Amino acid sequence: MSNELNYLLARAAKGLMSRREFVGRAGALGVSAALASTLLASAARAEEPKKGGLLRAGMQGGESTNSLDPALAASEVPFAVNMIWGEMLVDVNAKGEIDYRIAEEVSSSSDATEWKFKIRKGVEYHDGKTVTADDVVATLKRHTDEKSQSGALGIVKDIIDMKAEGDMVTLKLASGNADLPFLMADYHLIIQPGGGIENPTAGIGAGPYKIVANEPGVRHTFEKHANYFDSTVGHADNVEIIVINDNTARTSALQAGQVHMINRVDPKIVGLLKGAPGISIEAVAGRGHYVFIMHCDKAPFDNNDLRMAMKLSINRQEMVDKILGGLGSRGNDFPINAAYPLFDDTIPQREYDAAAATEAYKKSGHDGSPIILQVAAGAFPGAIEAAQLFQQSANAAGIPLEIKREPDDGYWSNVWNVAPFCASYWGGRPVQDQMYSTAYLSTADWNDTKFKDPKFDATLIAARAELDQTKRKAMYSELANDVRDNGGLICPMFNDFVEAKREEVGGWQQDPNGELMNGRALAKCWLNA
Amino acid sequence: MHPVVKLVTQRLALGLLLMLAVSALIFFGVEALPGDTAQAMLGQSATPEALANLREKMGLNEPLLWRYGHWLYGFMTGDMGVALTNGEDIAKSVGSRLGNTLFLAFWAALISVPLAILLGLLAARYNGRWPDRLISGVTLATISLPEFVAGYLVLYFLAVKLQLFPAMSMVFPGMGVFERLQAIILPVIVLVMVVLAHMMRMTRAAILNVMQSAYIETAELKGLSPLTVIWRHAFPNAIAPVVNVVMLNLAYLVVGVVVVEVVFVYPGMGQYLVDHVTKRDLPVVQACGMIFAAVYIGLNILADVVSILANPRLRHPK
Repeated sequence: MSNELNYLLARAAKGLMSRREFVGRAGALGVSAALASTLLASAARAEEPKKGGLLRAGMQGGESTNSLDPALAASEVPFAVNMIWGEMLVDVNAKGEIDYRIAEEVSSSSDATEWKFKIRKGVEYHDGKTVTADDVVATLKRHTDEKSQSGALGIVKDIIDMKAEGDMVTLKLASGNADLPFLMADYHLIIQPGGGIENPTAGIGAGPYKIVANEPGVRHTFEKHANYFDSTVGHADNVEIIVINDNTARTSALQAGQVHMINRVDPKIVGLLKGAPGISIEAVAGRGHYVFIMHCDKAPFDNNDLRMAMKLSINRQEMVDKILGGLGSRGNDFPINAAYPLFDDTIPQREYDAAAATEAYKKSGHDGSPIILQVAAGAFPGAIEAAQLFQQSANAAGIPLEIKREPDDGYWSNVWNVAPFCASYWGGRPVQDQMYSTAYLSTADWNDTKFKDPKFDATLIAARAELDQTKRKAMYSELANDVRDNGGLICPMFNDFVEAKREEVGGWQQDPNGELMNGRALAKCWLNA
Repeated sequence: MHPVVKLVTQRLALGLLLMLAVSALIFFGVEALPGDTAQAMLGQSATPEALANLREKMGLNEPLLWRYGHWLYGFMTGDMGVALTNGEDIAKSVGSRLGNTLFLAFWAALISVPLAILLGLLAARYNGRWPDRLISGVTLATISLPEFVAGYLVLYFLAVKLQLFPAMSMVFPGMGVFERLQAIILPVIVLVMVVLAHMMRMTRAAILNVMQSAYIETAELKGLSPLTVIWRHAFPNAIAPVVNVVMLNLAYLVVGVVVVEVVFVYPGMGQYLVDHVTKRDLPVVQACGMIFAAVYIGLNILADVVSILANPRLRHPK
């Protein structure tokens, strides 16, 4: 390897150079992109973790109303907090594979209706008790109870029977689901002593750190759990999450060195922050996407020609460039991208085509009255501007699109899932089945496009139990095409997770599953003094 | 009865009456919102039975006036109930937030009030000359800057560029007083910038007004130095309007600084209230509303009482 490549590699591994920049420069030295990525990964691995110190993250998305009950976690800070003190049966790692945590082995029956999880021996909670199979069953039971108001209810409600025998947990499903281990990695399903039934907000788990101070909306501090079962995680002695909801304040705290990493860097200031000393921007393509949704069962959107006209009249590249500052990728009107396993990359990209849009609009026979798009600034970052771009490109195609601004307050209860055409966002799910089941199945509560197609439902349920990956991929491709061509979803863009960290942070990895390395950044990174 | 005692008692009684009116407004205002607390708690997952059970449990089926009395009594005895969103005891969490807010307000006031009065005196002494223009110009400039702009400017220069002070004003239980003071330097600077001008201008105007009086001329003819004239003879007669403005600003420092709290990540009352309003956590909103109203009314009564006491005609009736 040339000296220059070694030098670049060292810089990139330390975080002084972004992955993208490294691949670009390595390319200039005649190294292929694939090889460059491999080199980078091994260089990052070769860096020895340093123990000790206090690692801090400054995060948006915390309120003084947050609870420690994992069932209720909905925003970014409670999610990250739970990932520090809690541990699930399994994790989904950065490559999209299952990492075994509390379960050390998973097996299924051939029709994927019965799953066995073998519980790792000797995993200890923060209060000294040992994790048992009974705890696992009690935890899952609590999430199936509607009273727990769990965000994972939709995931666990298909489990018709669960039992614990020795160190083995057996789950029986109503219908086969090949993705069950991925669903068990859901961040709500943290294993709690006794299932957390007595005290769901105790904050006692088996994760790498235990809670020291919990001040919702202000800060959360943790210290190392001495008997944690995995020595490759948990390098700092103490970690801390500080809630900084204001963009400028968060960026300043990072620049002043008061925190080591921040989430949600505003795309508008990425260019400025890149030049700041000691700071690197980390952008990773995730599964989150910004959307405009039409209700397929309400006029005028009950007409597929009109829906198609709307889909053809949005300029996706312009949105990626202007709304995301280039930190994202174009959507294709179905909720799946390359970050998902079994993604079909042969589906053609839908482009802005004013002529075709005009034609589809004429064909729909719409009366020419204004088509109202309801949007609030909080629908997604840049939602108002995105709606204005959409309005311009649609008007250019002769479609009378008009914007109605709504207040942020009450938007998710009064407009989203209620109004026939509005702006929204999705955070994405670990697997395709879960994304489609949450929002595109006829019976789903959150079917926010009111897309109801029996054939789609049947294929989705059949794909769920299909263990042959080739067949499964073909089925998902069919589903994607169905949503893309007949659904009510206009998906202009997938947003990257844009985060920033200081150069003294070691061990950073690109993880498409969630923010800040899927909430594990504080546990997996270390401080290079 | 001594007229001062009578006047002060009247003020206090009026204040209490006003407080009662405010409590009624807050309680019935929140009641008038569509949906009740039980509905807000259960959200979209509300089933009719669950609603009925919860209403029964929370006593929402009792008559409105009975519930108002119950709530008011609870509030006065320090029992504010629990927050709907995370089940925390409201009195406890409000207590620590209120403590933080008062801490910040106290230090901002301790610096800004004497400074404003001193600058006001100086401006009056050099009325129309360059010190007056300089003082007025600078303080008017700082008050004209929106708080968040002032906050970001201070943050950028003092925390990010020069790294003199911490960018975040995070305080938490168990922190020493000195550490706390160091943490709040930046927000104190911003708050002082925001409240200084109002008090300074009022001091200056009140003193200039008194300076037209004949007895000031006498004092000047006695050969007293201009500053002695202002401090010994003019200022005591200008106290009433100044106190009123000072109290208004103190009230602002307690109830109106949510923007500064957000910019400096300071865990005060404002952010706490905003979070709960967004989540429709009505018991917390009611409690915060009452506390803010009490602070406002209390400080205004204090201003009234001080103005009464500062008036010699009322202190020494013939």
